[in-house]
Amino acid sequence: MFSGDMATADEILRRSLTDEVGVSKGSVSGSEEFHVLAVDDSFVDRKVIERLLKISSCKVTVVESGSRALQYLGLDGEKSSVGFNDLKINLIMTDYSMPGMTGYELLKKIKESSAFREIPVVIMSSENILTRIDRCLEEGAEEYIIKPVKLSDVKRIKDVIMGGDGK
Amino acid sequence: MDSVVLLQRQLVDYTAQLFNEGFLDDQFNQLQQLQDESNPDFVVEVVTLFFEDSERLLNELAKALEQQSIDYRKIDAHVHQLKGSSSSIGAQRVQKVCIAFRNYCEERNIEGCQKCLQQVKNEYSLVKTKLETLFKLEQQVLAAGGSIPWPM
Repeated sequence: MFSGDMATADEILRRSLTDEVGVSKGSVSGSEEFHVLAVDDSFVDRKVIERLLKISSCKVTVVESGSRALQYLGLDGEKSSVGFNDLKINLIMTDYSMPGMTGYELLKKIKESSAFREIPVVIMSSENILTRIDRCLEEGAEEYIIKPVKLSDVKRIKDVIMGGDGK
Repeated sequence: MDSVVLLQRQLVDYTAQLFNEGFLDDQFNQLQQLQDESNPDFVVEVVTLFFEDSERLLNELAKALEQQSIDYRKIDAHVHQLKGSSSSIGAQRVQKVCIAFRNYCEERNIEGCQKCLQQVKNEYSLVKTKLETLFKLEQQVLAAGGSIPWPM
């Protein structure tokens, strides 16, 4: 009987991902923490968005790519559905232009997932392209915000999502 | 006159100059709002990341433009990244050159691209020097026992 290491492979992966990606707690009381998953391939933007969210009292998980985001959510096709039921994400904010998987492709994957399709997804982009904006909104994005992201953008989005649907 | 006040005056004047000359825009003020006692070095940290990122990108761009067969999509991708990060810290003049640079990429205009690379290197070098000076002035104010009067 191995009573020592009871962690499953999934938990180890989750833990190491969490260490790598930088989970930081917001100042809101425990179960009411507003947890945001932010996705951006830029070092500078990751640092800024993390700070914007923390200052807005959010718990933040920042990752550098769509595939890392899917890994974190457990949507990467690995047979690891056990242990992810406690993952509570209130909002996903993703950059649009990323190498590999774009924010749009990530949005689609999230909306295709029964576990996560209800999570609001906000697209961030420096480019104000109408066809791109329409496409994202049609695919179910909550908002498309133009970079650089400001504190007022984060506050507004958080208010809309927390207050909007009468939870 | 109190040396702290003099140093603060210097800092305020220098900062105003950077905004007036277009080196920095309002996004830099946004970053200042994110700095507080719990994160007293936030702006320096972000700007340092910007310096590292930019230097990497400028090297990549120089290499890409030296190739026999120019990969404009790759160049555009690098410039897009540089445009993004400069915009995120408020380095307005760098950002503006990037916009022109991307246009030349789209036109597959090698001379235009080379000209822009030179320009963006210059603008980057300028804003780097100016930000380093700004941070030094801030350190001097703090060392003299003063506080940084933000917003200026």
